[in-house]
Amino acid sequence: MNETRQQILFLNLTTPDLKSPVIAWSLYDGAAPADALQMNTGDASVPPYASVLHAMRDGWNVLQVPVLPHYPAGQEHDTGHLPYEYVLERKVAIA
Amino acid sequence: MSNLNMTPADTRHLLSAEQMARFVTDGFLLLDAFVPRHLNEKVHEEQRTNGQGHTFWETSAAIRDVFELPEVQGIIQSLVGLRPVYDHSFLHIVPDRYPVAQDWHGDSIIDVRPHAFDIQLFYFSHDAPPEMGPTLILPGSHLRKINTFSLARYKNIIGQRQLAGKAGTLAILHHGIWHCAQPNATDRTRYVFKLRLRPGQEQRGLFNLEGYDSPEVRRIIGQGYQRWQGNEDRLDHMQRAKLWRYVTGDDNVDVSFEGALTRMGI
Repeated sequence: MNETRQQILFLNLTTPDLKSPVIAWSLYDGAAPADALQMNTGDASVPPYASVLHAMRDGWNVLQVPVLPHYPAGQEHDTGHLPYEYVLERKVAIA
Repeated sequence: MSNLNMTPADTRHLLSAEQMARFVTDGFLLLDAFVPRHLNEKVHEEQRTNGQGHTFWETSAAIRDVFELPEVQGIIQSLVGLRPVYDHSFLHIVPDRYPVAQDWHGDSIIDVRPHAFDIQLFYFSHDAPPEMGPTLILPGSHLRKINTFSLARYKNIIGQRQLAGKAGTLAILHHGIWHCAQPNATDRTRYVFKLRLRPGQEQRGLFNLEGYDSPEVRRIIGQGYQRWQGNEDRLDHMQRAKLWRYVTGDDNVDVSFEGALTRMGI
Protein backbone atom coordinates (compact mmCIF):
# COMPACT_ATOMS: atom_id res chain seq x y z
CA MET A 1 0.00 0.00 0.00
CA ASN A 2 1.35 3.40 -1.00
CA GLU A 3 2.14 5.93 1.68
CA THR A 4 0.45 9.26 1.12
CA ARG A 5 1.10 12.81 2.23
CA GLN A 6 -1.08 15.88 2.33
CA GLN A 7 -0.95 18.81 -0.06
CA ILE A 8 -2.77 21.93 1.11
CA LEU A 9 -3.92 24.56 -1.36
CA PHE A 10 -5.24 27.93 -0.25
CA LEU A 11 -7.44 29.70 -2.77
CA ASN A 12 -8.69 33.21 -2.09
CA LEU A 13 -11.70 34.26 -4.13
CA THR A 14 -13.30 37.57 -5.00
CA THR A 15 -16.59 36.62 -3.30
CA PRO A 16 -17.93 33.69 -1.22
CA ASP A 17 -19.25 32.09 -4.42
CA LEU A 18 -17.11 29.00 -5.09
CA LYS A 19 -17.28 29.81 -8.79
CA SER A 20 -15.83 33.30 -8.33
CA PRO A 21 -12.30 34.07 -9.58
CA VAL A 22 -9.15 33.21 -7.66
CA ILE A 23 -7.21 36.30 -6.60
CA ALA A 24 -4.54 34.69 -4.42
CA TRP A 25 -3.17 31.20 -3.93
CA SER A 26 -0.54 29.21 -2.07
CA LEU A 27 0.47 25.57 -2.02
CA TYR A 28 2.09 23.67 0.84
CA ASP A 29 3.33 20.32 -0.34
CA GLY A 30 3.76 17.73 2.42
CA ALA A 31 4.92 15.19 -0.16
CA ALA A 32 7.95 17.23 -1.16
CA PRO A 33 11.31 16.48 0.46
CA ALA A 34 12.28 18.57 3.47
CA ASP A 35 14.99 20.35 1.49
CA ALA A 36 12.77 21.10 -1.51
CA LEU A 37 11.82 24.69 -2.21
CA GLN A 38 8.13 25.22 -1.46
CA MET A 39 6.03 27.76 -3.36
CA ASN A 40 7.78 31.12 -3.11
CA THR A 41 6.11 34.50 -2.91
CA GLY A 42 5.96 36.04 -6.34
CA ASP A 43 6.86 32.91 -8.28
CA ALA A 44 3.72 32.85 -10.44
CA SER A 45 1.33 35.34 -11.95
CA VAL A 46 -1.40 32.94 -13.07
CA PRO A 47 -3.44 30.99 -10.50
CA PRO A 48 -3.43 27.19 -10.73
CA TYR A 49 -7.23 27.13 -11.00
CA ALA A 50 -9.78 29.68 -12.11
CA SER A 51 -12.00 29.00 -9.08
CA VAL A 52 -12.53 26.58 -6.18
CA LEU A 53 -14.99 24.66 -8.34
CA HIS A 54 -12.32 24.13 -10.99
CA ALA A 55 -9.96 22.75 -8.31
CA MET A 56 -12.68 20.41 -7.01
CA ARG A 57 -13.15 19.01 -10.50
CA ASP A 58 -9.42 18.27 -10.54
CA GLY A 59 -9.61 16.16 -7.39
CA TRP A 60 -9.08 18.64 -4.57
CA ASN A 61 -11.25 18.26 -1.48
CA VAL A 62 -12.52 21.36 0.30
CA LEU A 63 -11.44 21.19 3.95
CA GLN A 64 -12.69 24.55 5.13
CA VAL A 65 -14.90 27.33 3.87
CA PRO A 66 -14.65 30.86 5.25
CA VAL A 67 -17.09 32.26 7.76
CA LEU A 68 -18.95 35.12 6.13
CA PRO A 69 -17.78 38.53 7.31
CA HIS A 70 -19.72 40.62 9.76
CA TYR A 71 -19.43 44.34 10.05
CA PRO A 72 -19.33 45.76 13.58
CA ALA A 73 -20.79 49.23 13.99
CA GLY A 74 -18.15 51.86 13.39
CA GLN A 75 -15.91 49.48 11.45
CA GLU A 76 -18.07 48.91 8.38
CA HIS A 77 -15.50 50.35 5.97
CA ASP A 78 -12.46 48.67 7.48
CA THR A 79 -10.54 46.26 5.28
CA GLY A 80 -7.82 43.77 6.08
CA HIS A 81 -6.92 40.22 5.05
CA LEU A 82 -8.50 38.50 2.07
CA PRO A 83 -11.81 37.29 3.52
CA TYR A 84 -12.93 34.51 1.14
CA GLU A 85 -10.23 31.93 1.72
CA TYR A 86 -10.83 28.26 0.94
CA VAL A 87 -8.60 25.47 2.21
CA LEU A 88 -8.32 22.46 -0.11
CA GLU A 89 -6.55 19.16 0.34
CA ARG A 90 -5.47 16.21 -1.67
CA LYS A 91 -3.38 13.20 -0.73
CA VAL A 92 -0.57 12.11 -3.00
CA ALA A 93 1.57 9.01 -2.93
CA ILE A 94 5.22 9.37 -2.03
CA ALA A 95 7.94 7.30 -3.60
CA MET B 1 22.98 62.68 13.78
CA SER B 2 20.36 60.47 12.15
CA ASN B 3 17.85 63.06 11.05
CA LEU B 4 17.69 64.12 7.45
CA ASN B 5 18.62 67.71 6.66
CA MET B 6 15.70 69.42 4.95
CA THR B 7 15.58 72.51 2.79
CA PRO B 8 12.21 74.03 1.82
CA ALA B 9 11.39 72.75 -1.65
CA ASP B 10 10.61 74.80 -4.69
CA THR B 11 6.98 74.28 -5.70
CA ARG B 12 8.05 72.56 -8.92
CA HIS B 13 9.64 69.79 -6.84
CA LEU B 14 6.54 69.09 -4.78
CA LEU B 15 4.27 66.22 -5.77
CA SER B 16 1.44 67.28 -8.04
CA ALA B 17 -2.16 66.55 -7.08
CA GLU B 18 -2.20 63.76 -9.66
CA GLN B 19 0.96 62.18 -8.23
CA MET B 20 -0.44 62.44 -4.73
CA ALA B 21 -3.72 60.88 -5.85
CA ARG B 22 -1.70 58.00 -7.31
CA PHE B 23 0.17 57.56 -4.01
CA VAL B 24 -3.08 57.61 -2.03
CA THR B 25 -4.63 55.09 -4.43
CA ASP B 26 -1.75 52.66 -5.00
CA GLY B 27 0.28 53.23 -1.85
CA PHE B 28 3.49 53.90 -3.73
CA LEU B 29 5.26 55.90 -6.41
CA LEU B 30 7.97 54.35 -8.56
CA LEU B 31 10.45 56.73 -10.16
CA ASP B 32 12.67 54.87 -12.61
CA ALA B 33 16.31 56.01 -12.88
CA PHE B 34 15.47 59.11 -10.83
CA VAL B 35 18.80 59.62 -9.05
CA PRO B 36 21.76 60.82 -11.17
CA ARG B 37 24.34 58.29 -12.31
CA HIS B 38 27.34 59.84 -10.48
CA LEU B 39 25.57 59.44 -7.14
CA ASN B 40 24.44 55.91 -7.93
CA GLU B 41 27.99 54.90 -8.74
CA LYS B 42 29.38 56.41 -5.52
CA VAL B 43 26.72 54.76 -3.35
CA HIS B 44 27.03 51.41 -5.10
CA GLU B 45 30.78 51.42 -4.57
CA GLU B 46 30.30 52.11 -0.85
CA GLN B 47 27.69 49.37 -0.64
CA ARG B 48 30.06 46.85 -2.19
CA THR B 49 33.01 47.79 0.00
CA ASN B 50 31.50 48.82 3.31
CA GLY B 51 27.75 48.19 3.20
CA GLN B 52 26.26 47.31 6.57
CA GLY B 53 22.53 47.20 7.37
CA HIS B 54 21.73 49.65 10.17
CA THR B 55 24.93 51.67 9.97
CA PHE B 56 25.06 52.56 6.28
CA TRP B 57 23.15 55.79 6.82
CA GLU B 58 25.79 56.91 9.33
CA THR B 59 28.89 55.62 7.61
CA SER B 60 28.22 56.35 3.95
CA ALA B 61 29.57 59.61 2.59
CA ALA B 62 27.21 59.62 -0.39
CA ILE B 63 23.85 58.23 0.71
CA ARG B 64 22.65 61.49 2.29
CA ASP B 65 23.42 63.33 -0.94
CA VAL B 66 20.72 61.19 -2.58
CA PHE B 67 18.09 62.23 -0.08
CA GLU B 68 19.19 65.86 -0.10
CA LEU B 69 18.60 66.21 -3.84
CA PRO B 70 16.00 69.00 -4.30
CA GLU B 71 13.77 66.63 -6.29
CA VAL B 72 13.84 64.04 -3.51
CA GLN B 73 13.38 66.64 -0.78
CA GLY B 74 10.28 67.90 -2.59
CA ILE B 75 8.76 64.44 -2.53
CA ILE B 76 9.57 63.94 1.15
CA GLN B 77 8.20 67.37 2.05
CA SER B 78 4.99 66.60 0.11
CA LEU B 79 4.35 63.48 2.16
CA VAL B 80 5.75 64.00 5.67
CA GLY B 81 6.49 67.72 5.83
CA LEU B 82 9.56 69.84 6.42
CA ARG B 83 10.48 68.29 9.76
CA PRO B 84 10.35 64.55 9.15
CA VAL B 85 11.51 62.33 11.97
CA TYR B 86 14.11 59.69 11.16
CA ASP B 87 12.63 56.32 12.14
CA HIS B 88 15.22 53.86 10.89
CA SER B 89 17.13 52.86 7.82
CA PHE B 90 18.58 49.63 6.56
CA LEU B 91 20.73 48.46 3.71
CA HIS B 92 19.09 45.22 2.55
CA ILE B 93 21.46 42.84 0.80
CA VAL B 94 20.39 39.73 -1.13
CA PRO B 95 23.34 37.55 -2.15
CA ASP B 96 23.77 36.29 -5.69
CA ARG B 97 22.01 33.01 -6.55
CA TYR B 98 19.82 33.26 -3.46
CA PRO B 99 16.68 31.17 -4.15
CA VAL B 100 14.35 31.94 -1.24
CA ALA B 101 11.78 34.73 -1.19
CA GLN B 102 10.66 36.55 1.92
CA ASP B 103 7.09 36.09 3.12
CA TRP B 104 4.50 38.78 2.56
CA HIS B 105 4.43 41.23 5.45
CA GLY B 106 3.87 44.79 6.54
CA ASP B 107 6.72 46.52 8.34
CA SER B 108 6.67 47.38 12.03
CA ILE B 109 3.34 46.54 13.76
CA ILE B 110 -0.29 47.31 13.02
CA ASP B 111 -0.66 51.08 12.96
CA VAL B 112 -3.54 52.66 14.88
CA ARG B 113 -3.28 56.15 13.46
CA PRO B 114 -6.47 56.70 11.46
CA HIS B 115 -4.83 58.53 8.54
CA ALA B 116 -1.30 59.65 9.34
CA PHE B 117 1.41 57.59 7.72
CA ASP B 118 5.16 57.06 7.59
CA ILE B 119 6.94 56.71 4.28
CA GLN B 120 9.59 54.21 3.29
CA LEU B 121 11.94 55.21 0.51
CA PHE B 122 13.58 52.34 -1.37
CA TYR B 123 16.62 53.36 -3.37
CA PHE B 124 18.37 51.09 -5.88
CA SER B 125 21.89 52.29 -6.71
CA HIS B 126 22.28 49.72 -9.50
CA ASP B 127 20.08 48.24 -12.21
CA ALA B 128 17.52 45.99 -10.53
CA PRO B 129 15.79 43.83 -13.17
CA PRO B 130 13.08 41.40 -12.00
CA GLU B 131 15.44 38.41 -11.98
CA MET B 132 17.65 40.22 -9.45
CA GLY B 133 14.82 40.20 -6.94
CA PRO B 134 13.74 43.79 -6.37
CA THR B 135 11.05 44.07 -3.72
CA LEU B 136 7.61 42.68 -4.55
CA ILE B 137 4.66 44.85 -3.53
CA LEU B 138 0.89 44.63 -3.77
CA PRO B 139 -0.49 47.91 -5.18
CA GLY B 140 -3.47 49.23 -3.25
CA SER B 141 -2.84 47.17 -0.12
CA HIS B 142 -1.52 49.98 2.09
CA LEU B 143 -4.83 50.75 3.82
CA ARG B 144 -5.66 47.11 4.64
CA LYS B 145 -5.15 46.29 8.31
CA ILE B 146 -2.70 43.46 8.81
CA ASN B 147 -0.10 42.90 11.49
CA THR B 148 3.47 42.25 10.38
CA PHE B 149 3.48 38.63 9.10
CA SER B 150 -0.23 37.91 9.68
CA LEU B 151 -0.58 37.45 5.90
CA ALA B 152 2.46 35.19 5.54
CA ARG B 153 0.58 32.20 4.19
CA TYR B 154 -0.28 34.05 0.98
CA LYS B 155 2.22 33.32 -1.76
CA ASN B 156 0.94 34.83 -4.98
CA ILE B 157 -1.64 37.55 -5.39
CA ILE B 158 -3.13 38.88 -8.62
CA GLY B 159 -1.62 42.30 -9.35
CA GLN B 160 1.61 41.85 -7.38
CA ARG B 161 4.52 43.69 -8.97
CA GLN B 162 8.21 44.15 -8.41
CA LEU B 163 9.93 47.50 -7.95
CA ALA B 164 12.17 46.78 -10.90
CA GLY B 165 14.07 49.59 -12.55
CA LYS B 166 17.34 51.00 -13.76
CA ALA B 167 20.10 52.32 -11.50
CA GLY B 168 18.84 55.28 -9.49
CA THR B 169 15.29 54.02 -9.17
CA LEU B 170 13.50 55.43 -6.16
CA ALA B 171 10.28 53.96 -4.78
CA ILE B 172 8.28 55.82 -2.17
CA LEU B 173 6.01 53.54 -0.18
CA HIS B 174 3.21 54.13 2.32
CA HIS B 175 4.27 52.27 5.46
CA GLY B 176 1.27 49.95 5.29
CA ILE B 177 1.89 48.42 1.87
CA TRP B 178 2.22 44.63 1.69
CA HIS B 179 5.64 43.60 0.41
CA CYS B 180 8.39 41.00 0.44
CA ALA B 181 11.96 40.57 -0.77
CA GLN B 182 12.48 38.34 -3.78
CA PRO B 183 15.04 35.71 -4.80
CA ASN B 184 18.13 36.81 -6.67
CA ALA B 185 18.72 34.63 -9.73
CA THR B 186 21.69 36.62 -10.99
CA ASP B 187 25.37 36.32 -10.16
CA ARG B 188 25.40 39.81 -8.67
CA THR B 189 24.57 40.98 -5.14
CA ARG B 190 21.37 42.99 -4.90
CA TYR B 191 21.31 46.06 -2.67
CA VAL B 192 18.40 48.26 -1.70
CA PHE B 193 18.68 51.05 0.81
CA LYS B 194 15.53 51.73 2.83
CA LEU B 195 14.87 54.93 4.74
CA ARG B 196 11.77 55.22 6.92
CA LEU B 197 10.57 58.69 7.90
CA ARG B 198 7.74 59.69 10.20
CA PRO B 199 5.76 62.89 9.75
CA GLY B 200 6.84 65.78 11.94
CA GLN B 201 3.54 67.55 11.48
CA GLU B 202 -0.02 66.91 10.33
CA GLN B 203 0.12 65.76 6.73
CA ARG B 204 -2.47 68.22 5.47
CA GLY B 205 -1.87 70.25 2.34
CA LEU B 206 1.84 69.49 2.04
CA PHE B 207 1.92 68.80 -1.71
CA ASN B 208 1.06 71.07 -4.66
CA LEU B 209 -2.69 71.34 -4.11
CA GLU B 210 -3.49 72.78 -7.53
CA GLY B 211 -6.23 70.67 -9.09
CA TYR B 212 -6.81 68.43 -6.06
CA ASP B 213 -10.51 68.16 -6.93
CA SER B 214 -10.01 67.98 -10.70
CA PRO B 215 -11.60 65.39 -13.02
CA GLU B 216 -8.18 63.75 -13.44
CA VAL B 217 -7.72 63.33 -9.68
CA ARG B 218 -11.26 61.95 -9.41
CA ARG B 219 -10.47 59.52 -12.21
CA ILE B 220 -7.27 58.28 -10.55
CA ILE B 221 -8.95 57.67 -7.20
CA GLY B 222 -12.31 56.55 -8.59
CA GLN B 223 -10.84 54.07 -11.05
CA GLY B 224 -8.02 52.84 -8.87
CA TYR B 225 -9.57 49.43 -8.28
CA GLN B 226 -7.37 46.33 -8.11
CA ARG B 227 -8.66 42.89 -9.11
CA TRP B 228 -7.31 41.33 -5.91
CA GLN B 229 -9.51 43.65 -3.83
CA GLY B 230 -12.53 41.56 -4.89
CA ASN B 231 -15.83 42.24 -3.17
CA GLU B 232 -14.11 44.68 -0.79
CA ASP B 233 -12.94 46.98 -3.59
CA ARG B 234 -15.58 49.63 -2.88
CA LEU B 235 -14.49 49.69 0.75
CA ASP B 236 -10.90 50.23 -0.38
CA HIS B 237 -12.24 53.13 -2.44
CA MET B 238 -13.84 54.55 0.72
CA GLN B 239 -10.54 54.25 2.57
CA ARG B 240 -8.63 56.23 -0.03
CA ALA B 241 -11.40 58.84 -0.22
CA LYS B 242 -11.01 59.38 3.54
CA LEU B 243 -7.23 59.60 3.17
CA TRP B 244 -7.70 62.14 0.37
CA ARG B 245 -9.57 64.41 2.76
CA TYR B 246 -6.70 64.15 5.23
CA VAL B 247 -3.84 64.86 2.82
CA THR B 248 -5.67 67.70 1.06
CA GLY B 249 -6.79 69.24 4.35
CA ASP B 250 -10.28 69.57 2.88
CA ASP B 251 -12.71 67.67 5.09
CA ASN B 252 -15.52 68.15 2.59
CA VAL B 253 -13.95 66.97 -0.65
CA ASP B 254 -15.69 63.78 -1.67
CA VAL B 255 -14.06 61.33 -4.06
CA SER B 256 -15.73 58.31 -2.46
CA PHE B 257 -17.75 55.53 -4.07
CA GLU B 258 -21.03 57.05 -5.31
CA GLY B 259 -20.40 60.02 -3.03
CA ALA B 260 -21.07 57.84 0.00
CA LEU B 261 -19.13 60.09 2.35
CA THR B 262 -21.62 62.87 1.62
CA ARG B 263 -24.68 60.59 1.43
CA MET B 264 -23.91 59.05 4.81
CA GLY B 265 -22.93 62.35 6.38
CA ILE B 266 -19.41 61.13 7.15
